[in-house]
Amino acid sequence: MLTKRIIACLDVDAGRVVKGVRFLDLRDAGDPAELAAAHSRAGADEIVLLDISATHQNRATLLDAVRRAARELFVPFTVGGGIRSLEDAAAVFDAGADKISINSAALADPTLITRIGERYGSQAVIVAVDAKRLPDGNGARWEVRSAGGRKPTGRDALEWVREAESRGAGEFLLTSMDRDGTGIGFDCELTAAVVGATSIPVIASGGAGGAQHFVTVFREGRADAALAASIFHFGLNSVAELKQELRAAGIPVRWPC
Amino acid sequence: MIAIVDYRAGNLVSVKKAVDRLGFPCAITSDPAVVERAEKVIVPGVGHFAVTSTLDETGLRAAIAGAIERQTPFFGICVGMQWMFDSSEEAPGACGLGVFPGQCTHFPPEVKAPHVGWNQLEVEGESSLLRGVASGAFVYFTHSYRAPLVAGTVARCDYGGAFSAAVERGHLFGAQFHPEKSGDVGLTILGNFCRL
Repeated sequence: MLTKRIIACLDVDAGRVVKGVRFLDLRDAGDPAELAAAHSRAGADEIVLLDISATHQNRATLLDAVRRAARELFVPFTVGGGIRSLEDAAAVFDAGADKISINSAALADPTLITRIGERYGSQAVIVAVDAKRLPDGNGARWEVRSAGGRKPTGRDALEWVREAESRGAGEFLLTSMDRDGTGIGFDCELTAAVVGATSIPVIASGGAGGAQHFVTVFREGRADAALAASIFHFGLNSVAELKQELRAAGIPVRWPC
Repeated sequence: MIAIVDYRAGNLVSVKKAVDRLGFPCAITSDPAVVERAEKVIVPGVGHFAVTSTLDETGLRAAIAGAIERQTPFFGICVGMQWMFDSSEEAPGACGLGVFPGQCTHFPPEVKAPHVGWNQLEVEGESSLLRGVASGAFVYFTHSYRAPLVAGTVARCDYGGAFSAAVERGHLFGAQFHPEKSGDVGLTILGNFCRL
């Protein structure tokens, strides 16, 4: 049976992991390569490395971190942040990433989705969508934000995912700007709306505060995967513990792993 | 030396990295002469079946066919495995190797396509490729087309019906999933091929 994926996310600034660094038995908890390997051993189905600095001068540092992390990883490995061109994507793929995640650059130039997909395959192109709920009118609506969620774009989230899919996106990484960092649970209404609007996999992100939230986003949100960014901040020690709770709730997960 | 054939069908770094980790000399190549001399040949590939026509245009198809005739072990991964069949609905004009019969078809509308993620193998019968891999083992898939069940099917997977997850005949092997991205199970499978 196709399982629901738990994806570990590492936020990296200047080559160091800056979030979710609490992990047992690591010599260097801030090292992306070591953390990525540890998450993989603990049962993460995929690893995402997100460069939150994404400045030009830190690019070489990031690529070095990607290269070292990739050496230890034999599960799918995604890199996002600061990818603005086919050349940026190529550098990340050459360093060992399996997929890239693009957000603002895809909004600015949607042909980027197609160009990366034609060279590396659609499965390698994740379009990250940061969605913010609009004030209630006739039914729920969400606006896409760019620039790390800071900039309103005026675009409807469902309309954007349809366009991105038609241009060759392989998966969506959907973050609720309303829920991100709150710990009150994923926005299942948003997730289900996006799942209903597209046929490609949707990774839910933003708002997780406990294992039950994952159960809900898989059941009610119909998400294909969920991002566990700050899993260690809410009392679970590893992806393995989260997966055990999901199994107990009847959610199909890769186990043992 | 193991030749990992580059025909511009995606990123081959992961396959090379996995073979490197297993400790076998390998090289990514698009040179037919290198393929002809190789001890083993891996044809990976992601994306559209039509891209396999690059193999025809570059002389790689002839080199691979020659290697297969000389009993060089061959491993097709993902689109590389689909290419071992006659054809695919995805690109009806493109001609596969035809070492396994039949056409690859799109998933039925009842299930979401592409099929992305970890799914289980149902191992059937004896297999050199899957030595040490039990039924129920999880591997990573990402594809929209699937190969039919054939006499050479050594593992099936169920998603909108059963399809060939791994095929084997003599020195010819194929995997629809990505062994290089399937954790320890994947490395076992890749290792089985490399050690032949």
